[in-house]
Amino acid sequence: MTDEARQTAERVARDSYGRLVAFLAARTRDVAGAEDALAEAFASALKSWPVDGVPTNPDAWLLTVARRRQTDAIRRRQTRTIGEVHIQLMTEELEQAAANPDAIPDRRLALMFACAHPEIERGMRAPLILQTILGMTAVDIAAAFLIPPATMGQRLVRAKARIKDTGIVFAIPEPEELPSRLDAVLEAIYAAYAKGWTEIGDSSADRLADEAIWLGRLVVSLLPEEPEAKGMLALMLYTEARRAARRGEDGAYVPFDQQDIAIWDERQIVTAEALLRQANKAGPTGRYQIEAAIQSAHVARRVSGRANWEAVVGLYDVLLSLTQSPVVVLNRAVALAETQGIEAALASLVVIADDKRMADYQPYWAARANLAARAGRRDEAYEAMTLAIGLATDDAVRQYLIGQRKLLQDG
Amino acid sequence: MKFMLLIHSTEPAVIDNTRVDGGVMSPEYAAYNDALIKAGAMLAGERLQPTTTAASVRVRDGKTEVLDGPYAETKEQFGGYYLIDVADIDTAVQWAARCPSAQFGTVEVRPIWNTRGA
Repeated sequence: MTDEARQTAERVARDSYGRLVAFLAARTRDVAGAEDALAEAFASALKSWPVDGVPTNPDAWLLTVARRRQTDAIRRRQTRTIGEVHIQLMTEELEQAAANPDAIPDRRLALMFACAHPEIERGMRAPLILQTILGMTAVDIAAAFLIPPATMGQRLVRAKARIKDTGIVFAIPEPEELPSRLDAVLEAIYAAYAKGWTEIGDSSADRLADEAIWLGRLVVSLLPEEPEAKGMLALMLYTEARRAARRGEDGAYVPFDQQDIAIWDERQIVTAEALLRQANKAGPTGRYQIEAAIQSAHVARRVSGRANWEAVVGLYDVLLSLTQSPVVVLNRAVALAETQGIEAALASLVVIADDKRMADYQPYWAARANLAARAGRRDEAYEAMTLAIGLATDDAVRQYLIGQRKLLQDG
Repeated sequence: MKFMLLIHSTEPAVIDNTRVDGGVMSPEYAAYNDALIKAGAMLAGERLQPTTTAASVRVRDGKTEVLDGPYAETKEQFGGYYLIDVADIDTAVQWAARCPSAQFGTVEVRPIWNTRGA
């Protein structure tokens, strides 16, 4: 009997832990608190199941007990009236959760999966999610996908018209349908994160990044077998770990290779490394795992003092064969400068020099300017630097580049 | 399509943030101009002198009234403009976001009517 109780508890812990934590944290957003409550629930299970027998629905049993623990904790923290509302909400949620054990524990995430409908054109699923559920504008979405804003706007309108004309029914998909819809959901979450990352001083943008990480955690807990979900969460955490280090105390822009690694968030990096290891168990299979691995090679600097540039270039080669993206060509060139020299890096950019998408892509001109300056091509560097300044929307970046251009003139 | 980008900001902010005196253009604006020209979007652009130099004129009952200063007493003043030619309003909005004054002021984006003489 004791063995049976213990085995059941272990099985539930293995199979449902992430999902139960997600449910418990769905509204409070307090993952640590949810884990504490769940730990206490498991402890009471090991006490009462050997005596009273294993319940028919162990998940629901644990959820009920953990909810009670969570409520107690909140009661201790909050005033009576607020607590009562809270308890009522919790009771409702608990009933809902018990009625739908496989339900997605976050309304928005459920809607995102509904939006990733197979009847919608593949390339438009993530943009639709971004616009309708995460509230991003067509301009921001267009920037994320390197498409002219007008084109993105037209495609969104067409996609919505098609949904109406063909009468696509949006329903929360069944659990077994989730993996086939995962790509679009991951793409949307990552685009939202990238948007939240690039906008710096804006607190609502920071919240967008937090939301994206939260949604990423939920996806991992819902689909623990999907390596790309873990890869994407790892990628977001590697990047998030460096959020504070990219600005100096005076608010000035600090380039990646000059960041103070003491300000990197070690806890997030360690979590990211663990996620990436789990994701890569069966070998890297997708772009997020590869991009996370690139980040891992970069943060190797905190241990060895130097980024593993050879690994970075090799990983970009793989990524390039997967995506054919001009942005990958650009990032690869920056890494190539460290392994094969500046001239090799500049030569590798020839293939995208006439790419229309790069003409007003600020990071392209900033990278070109940096490489040309290091190669001693001052006129070319000056011209590219000026364009990079003129195309910048972030004032810290603009001021940094103006300083770099001045060095070019003086040096 | 033609758009006008109308740059509004508080006047001390203009002076502090662009560190401009007289006819010298700040490096931020010079680079922005270059980027507009390189993209083939630039039609025209000018910076206005401060509102302390302005006069507001109106004709009422056949009488011409001239008042010192700008017409509107708002916190942000109209300080300059760009006339640009781009594919659509979204692209115009992108360019407005790149305008150095967008950091501390407001850049209004207005489509231009295609009017002809009668």
